[in-house]
Amino acid sequence: MSVRATVRAFPTLLRIGFADAVAYRAEMIVWILATTMPLVMLALWSAVAQDQPIGRYGQPQFVAYFLATFVVRQMASSWAFYEMNFEVRNGTLAMRLLRPVHPLWAYAAESLAGLPFRVLVAVPVAMVTLAVVGRDAVTHDPTSWALWAVSMLGAWLITLWVNLVIGCLAFFMESSMKLMDAWLVFFFVLSGYLIPIELFPARLRAVVDWLPFRYQIGLPVEIMTGVHPSYAEILELLARQWAWVAIGFGATLLAWRRGLRQFAAYGG
Amino acid sequence: MIQVRALRKHYQVHERAPGVGAAFRSVFRRTYKTIAAVDGIDFDIAAGERVGFLGPNGAGKTTTLKVLSGLLHPTSGQVSVDGHEPRRREDAFLKKIMLVLGQKQQLLWDLPPSDTFELNRAVYDVPLPQFRETMRELEELLELGDLVKKPTRTLSLGERMKCELAAALVHRPKVLFLDEPTIGLDVSMQATVRAFVARYNERHGATILLTSHYMEDVQRLCPRVIVIDKGLLVYDGPLDQLVARIRPDKRIVFRFARPVDRSDLGAFGTVVRHDAGESVLDVHKDAVNRVVTQVLAQLPVSDLTVENPPLEEVMSELFARHRA
Repeated sequence: MSVRATVRAFPTLLRIGFADAVAYRAEMIVWILATTMPLVMLALWSAVAQDQPIGRYGQPQFVAYFLATFVVRQMASSWAFYEMNFEVRNGTLAMRLLRPVHPLWAYAAESLAGLPFRVLVAVPVAMVTLAVVGRDAVTHDPTSWALWAVSMLGAWLITLWVNLVIGCLAFFMESSMKLMDAWLVFFFVLSGYLIPIELFPARLRAVVDWLPFRYQIGLPVEIMTGVHPSYAEILELLARQWAWVAIGFGATLLAWRRGLRQFAAYGG
Repeated sequence: MIQVRALRKHYQVHERAPGVGAAFRSVFRRTYKTIAAVDGIDFDIAAGERVGFLGPNGAGKTTTLKVLSGLLHPTSGQVSVDGHEPRRREDAFLKKIMLVLGQKQQLLWDLPPSDTFELNRAVYDVPLPQFRETMRELEELLELGDLVKKPTRTLSLGERMKCELAAALVHRPKVLFLDEPTIGLDVSMQATVRAFVARYNERHGATILLTSHYMEDVQRLCPRVIVIDKGLLVYDGPLDQLVARIRPDKRIVFRFARPVDRSDLGAFGTVVRHDAGESVLDVHKDAVNRVVTQVLAQLPVSDLTVENPPLEEVMSELFARHRA
């Protein structure tokens, strides 16, 4: 489908995706509650930092960091791999392939469509953050906020690409659900979701800087909480993040094209 | 409109014996078998034709329809639908066709069908006035009423199939591939779907290729049939010629005013069924007039009907001959 036609259809895809996302309200709320791990880590690290700070992280810094992590996770999440796995396995992907809109666009729209509902949860948490730890918990610099927006888009795109690549692997493996489990193990540990990257040993940090995980969560949180002292540092990290966006995009297209040739459209 | 030349579609299928041991061994070493789902078939279908695509389970019908609609890449051979190569899945091609799978749905499960219609309007880029007109027509022909406002998951199978058809036709496809569209439906719903398909074909001149295990669908809708078995073409031509070739008999059903003996009928033809009040006889088509006259003269007939042998039997015999 031409880009123009896809852009024209996109608002409808988003609207229908949103209606679908909220069709089961109770399930949606339970799912959002299932992503509250940062709040658990907040309690844990705050207790650890009660007597003395760890690095530059005292209790208020941990509160700010993990509440920001919660907000970023809500806004940059995607579970497209789950839908793709199901559709490839039982053949219902066929129905998407019959429509003149690229299925990857449709998956992206569906991922994005859940965002308003997640923002409804994330905004009160952000408000609580400001109320509890004060306005100094987040950066006041408008340029940093603009860079944060860029990093959020990058974080969401990397997460989406990971979902789509793992979803596409279902073409070859029939089910790639366990691959996502494996990815999430590394993601939780190396993204800054459970421990701020800043607290990693220097050697491990040097490795993590080149991996995609940090750019899914850690970087937007760091920009939001004003960790980085200069724009140059932020821009360097953003460049690495967007390099991963580009790699992810290429990998997604490759996996899709190769995978589609394997698609057997099972079932009558 | 549709040209198929030497079409082949072969699959690699993973095979393993039952049991835990075989399951464990298959983790390390897998054996694959090549299945020739379609093994070199040719046919042409003209614009506006209604063609029945028949064959037993696993004959390759659905695979062919999936190749024609661009879902599967052929292993070899040429396929063209209105000048397009389906496997390229160009937008212009996708806007001209639709595949309705009786056992798969495109309706969004948790939302009312009206949302799927709206989604299709957007992705097929259907102008709003045309969409409204099409929906009015579909709602009238399929008697959709309030169905379109209920979540799909709450609809019955028949209601869902009516909405599936409506969703499939939002963009008024020129070519309609129907794979078992009446499967699982009750008799009245089957008749509704059949009537609808016929009217859509007449109104819009759409080309229709239909597979169905219900021979009634084929008899009512398709003057021409293409028959395949084990991936090979067995017959392509008018349905009545197929029946005449395979079973040159007519089936005569006699109802009697008082019971007659089976032995009284044996001389007139093959007795298919006999009970006290009714007998069914297969008679060569050239002998029908003579037999009817004789039976009427000799036995207490109260009513009779002459019909073709059931298409199911014709097909069974065709497949049996092909495999012999």
